[in-house]
Amino acid sequence: MATKRVADRTPGAELVHLPRQSPEESTPAHDPRTSDVDEWGRSERMRELARRLFDPLYRRWFRVEWEGLDKIPVTGGALLVANHAAALPSDAPVIMHGIETELGRPVYGLADHLFRGVPVVGTLWSRTGGLAADPHNAYRLLREQQQLALAFPEGSKGPGKLYSERYQLRRFGRGGFVEIAMRAGVPIVPIAVVGAEESMPILTKNVRLAKLLGLPYAPITANHLVFGPILGSVLHFPVKFKLRVLDPVHFDVPPDQERYSKSRVMDEADGIRVRIQDALYDMLRTRASIWFG
Amino acid sequence: MGKRVLITGLGSFWGGRAAKALEADPGVEMIVGLDTEEPKIELERTEFVRADQSYSILARIVEATKVDTVLHTFLVVDSTHMSGRKMHEINVIGTMNLLAAAGAPGSSVRHIVVKSSTLVYGANQTDPAWFREEMTRTKSPRTRVERSLLEVEGYLSDFAEDNPHVIVTLLRFSNVLGTDIVTPVSRALELPLVPCIAGFDPLMQFTEEDDVVRAIEFVMANQIPGVYNVAGDGKLPWSEVVDICGKRRIPITPFATAQLASVFETLRIADFPPEFLDLLRHGRGVDNRRLKKAGFSYSYTSAGTVENFVHASRLRKTVGTGRAAYRYERDVENFFRHSPAVVRDPSTGD
Repeated sequence: MATKRVADRTPGAELVHLPRQSPEESTPAHDPRTSDVDEWGRSERMRELARRLFDPLYRRWFRVEWEGLDKIPVTGGALLVANHAAALPSDAPVIMHGIETELGRPVYGLADHLFRGVPVVGTLWSRTGGLAADPHNAYRLLREQQQLALAFPEGSKGPGKLYSERYQLRRFGRGGFVEIAMRAGVPIVPIAVVGAEESMPILTKNVRLAKLLGLPYAPITANHLVFGPILGSVLHFPVKFKLRVLDPVHFDVPPDQERYSKSRVMDEADGIRVRIQDALYDMLRTRASIWFG
Repeated sequence: MGKRVLITGLGSFWGGRAAKALEADPGVEMIVGLDTEEPKIELERTEFVRADQSYSILARIVEATKVDTVLHTFLVVDSTHMSGRKMHEINVIGTMNLLAAAGAPGSSVRHIVVKSSTLVYGANQTDPAWFREEMTRTKSPRTRVERSLLEVEGYLSDFAEDNPHVIVTLLRFSNVLGTDIVTPVSRALELPLVPCIAGFDPLMQFTEEDDVVRAIEFVMANQIPGVYNVAGDGKLPWSEVVDICGKRRIPITPFATAQLASVFETLRIADFPPEFLDLLRHGRGVDNRRLKKAGFSYSYTSAGTVENFVHASRLRKTVGTGRAAYRYERDVENFFRHSPAVVRDPSTGD
């Protein structure tokens, strides 16, 4: 019932004089904000603090090295996609920190809404640029606000895999990320990450415990064995991180379509998966040591 | 010939304020107000009719007064201290009777405006950051208010489909704050320590009560059909809301929150309807651009609304409401409206 009857309004209604203000005339309403939390929950001040705390880890612990950072657009929206790994994923903060410090523009991390339900963690995640991976959120960020958004198409299947399956990319969902990029009219920038897999490798998983806790997986990691059950749940091994930005993928389809060809979407999604997989193999071929790269 | 308007819920903040605004409009010929309670503000020419809560006499009133516009504000959105049965009676059965009367053969009704709430979207972990009007909630409704409002909206869309000659406008208001209105949110913000859920700091939107009245006036004057979210620009975290109010927060546990809340309610310390607890945990954002595109402009942002509320609340605490409380006296009102002894100005149309 939304718009279809706009045309046949009561005749004569438009003759009634209305004191309607044009948008140019009206002054913006007074907005007494006291914090810098934006509409997504991100706070630049909190982000700044997070960057300061994470910087030693980024430089000294993980000794992150980038290749092809210039392929990430400095202006305009883009969807960054990467392979996902480690029981407590270390790749998301590394990518967000790296791009924000090197390019000086914010990166919004799209993650499972599971985060939002966890007290304190959910709020911190939100203040430091995380939000629920919802297509409506992604569209608004990419299309209307032309921001950078980071997504992991493997979802929780990536970090939830065992150490023996490392660097074997899982299925890229149902290609939803490609459809969003097409609808938003932005390129996809694939990123291959080497290092995250070994930073917190999963030795075994307990399905029953995961169900009980409502988590996607409940792992026993090598970190648990080395650092103990508490520290081992949050502290990553000091592995060497290497990231390679691959050539952006542009889609020559019109944006804002209701639907896109499913076969095209699946082809593109698989193409991107294969390119990241190939890049990973290429990077692993030349890696001499997990710790020193 | 001017408009003939029927307002339901005249005794509520919404109906009363809307009636007052419409009285000032020379294009409105006649206003009839219905409620179970007497109006709380002084009205000049609005006729008040007392009805039972499910509006069984409505068909007769519509028939007799030949109203062409119906403003339905008598929908309960605050579930505090109200039984589920009564709420169902008011919201669902009341709306059903109203729509039956408006859709009766030979009915003169051409425009219906219904005041709903953004509660219909719920507040869940799985929600997107912004709800647009055509989006549905992500989880099925849990609470009585939400269920009854969804039923009301369902009846309304059926009505719109069956009666294409009637313009149907549905307004969904987000958390309203202001000088007069009392809601679970305003009550919480007036407590010495404002409750929050430990570890959560959700983003919220607010609508100023003046913007509420202006939005109702706007859709009535322009006769715009469709569904519209009404909410101030921007979202702000609950911590900032409390900060603007110059207060401190008191955290309640994120686990067993509902149980703890019911203890507070039993002790009459604070009210926590389940919708409010969901809001305190997950927050909610609704996209207000459709109404703006239709030509409406807001006088207050979300943050501005909170600030205005605080100023009004501080003033009220110092000097009281500032005006003598109005009491509806039937005989007095009838005298001024209908007695031949009262000299009326012909230019006002009386």
